[in-house]
Amino acid sequence: MDLKCEQVWLLISDYVDGELLAPVRAEVDLHLTTCTRCTAVLAGTKNLVRLYGDERMFSVPLDFSPSLHRRLSQQSRLERGAAFTWALSLAGAGLATAAMLLFSLPRFEQPTLRAPMSQPALRAPIANLVVVNDDGKTFHIPGCTYLHGKSRMIPVEEAMKEGYNPCIRCEAELIHRTAKSRALPESRAVDADVAGSGD
Amino acid sequence: MPFQAKARSEGKGPPSGEIPSLAYERELIDRIRHGERERFAELIRPYERRVYVTALAILQNDADAQEVAQEAILKAFAHLNQFRGDSRFSTWLTRVTINEARMRRRKQHAEIMKPFNELESEDDEGQFIPQDFADWREIPSEELERKEVRDLLRKALASIADKYREVFVLRDIQHLSIEETAEAIGITPGTVKTRLLRARLMLRDILAPGLGGIWSRPLAFEKGTKPWT
Repeated sequence: MDLKCEQVWLLISDYVDGELLAPVRAEVDLHLTTCTRCTAVLAGTKNLVRLYGDERMFSVPLDFSPSLHRRLSQQSRLERGAAFTWALSLAGAGLATAAMLLFSLPRFEQPTLRAPMSQPALRAPIANLVVVNDDGKTFHIPGCTYLHGKSRMIPVEEAMKEGYNPCIRCEAELIHRTAKSRALPESRAVDADVAGSGD
Repeated sequence: MPFQAKARSEGKGPPSGEIPSLAYERELIDRIRHGERERFAELIRPYERRVYVTALAILQNDADAQEVAQEAILKAFAHLNQFRGDSRFSTWLTRVTINEARMRRRKQHAEIMKPFNELESEDDEGQFIPQDFADWREIPSEELERKEVRDLLRKALASIADKYREVFVLRDIQHLSIEETAEAIGITPGTVKTRLLRARLMLRDILAPGLGGIWSRPLAFEKGTKPWT
């Protein structure tokens, strides 16, 4: 098969790169022996591939590498700084949360009392119902003689949260009753409470 | 023992600036990802020239090329975790550089300034017919020592369309394989071959008269006279 010039030009690049199959390469070689135009195209292509591929063709500016490595070091430092700041922020947030918890825990245990001189009802059983008066500062067990005016029943825990202080006269009675009810069987304790509230 | 010293003692590490083995490079990348960030300088050193020349070939301006090449390397540093390892690091880095350079070119509205032949042949992947059949004698590589020869070659390269120039630079200047070039640019190997052929034939045609003139007679200033007098 005789190749035409147009066919050879299509194969020139692969010919230069040595990527043609042996039979095709032989055909191109045969064509080149008689065609000055294709020989010129091949010689020119080989020349420019060799010239452009030479390292001297493009030189890297002398300050490129030092400047690049300076920027890389800066970036590295920034990354480390950012990681440190992040860790520091995390630690700070943790400390702040811990501090908040520490400071707020006593608030849960000890509410602001309605009377500045009063003591919290630390010994009172928190589930028991007590009686409070909206105008008063103390809570009482039902039937306390010092209870006056319009009153309502709330658990001890809630009374403490609202800032009521136990009535010192009936607090001892409240504790005594609770201890007694715990000692009795459950059903009898309920009876005793009912009987007590009716006093 | 530091990683580099350890690798060298085991005969694995390449001398500074040489392309390392694939296994060594993978291990190095792994170590950088796991916190040895300062080792990135070692990873990048063999490819600094490639990155710069790729940026220069696309942007045709030394200052822009330097800036873009550095940006591309810093970007590769910041996003090394995105390198999946299914190609060579150098191919991935070349792709990052090409993208960075293309973005810069777009920003500069370079499209408005496209050379005439690019506008003319934007979608033309067809056959290129050589116009100049002057016989080229072999040009000695020593001619590249002359700045005007390098400038002539650079101007010729700048005058062809971006899509041909990118392929030509990666294949004939960076010596990437057809497959690596295809991967770096994001085209098929077949398209790489077509564009490469066209780029070579176009450059040959552009350079034939100029180079023929230079080779055939010595330049005036070489005789001791000033060329501008």
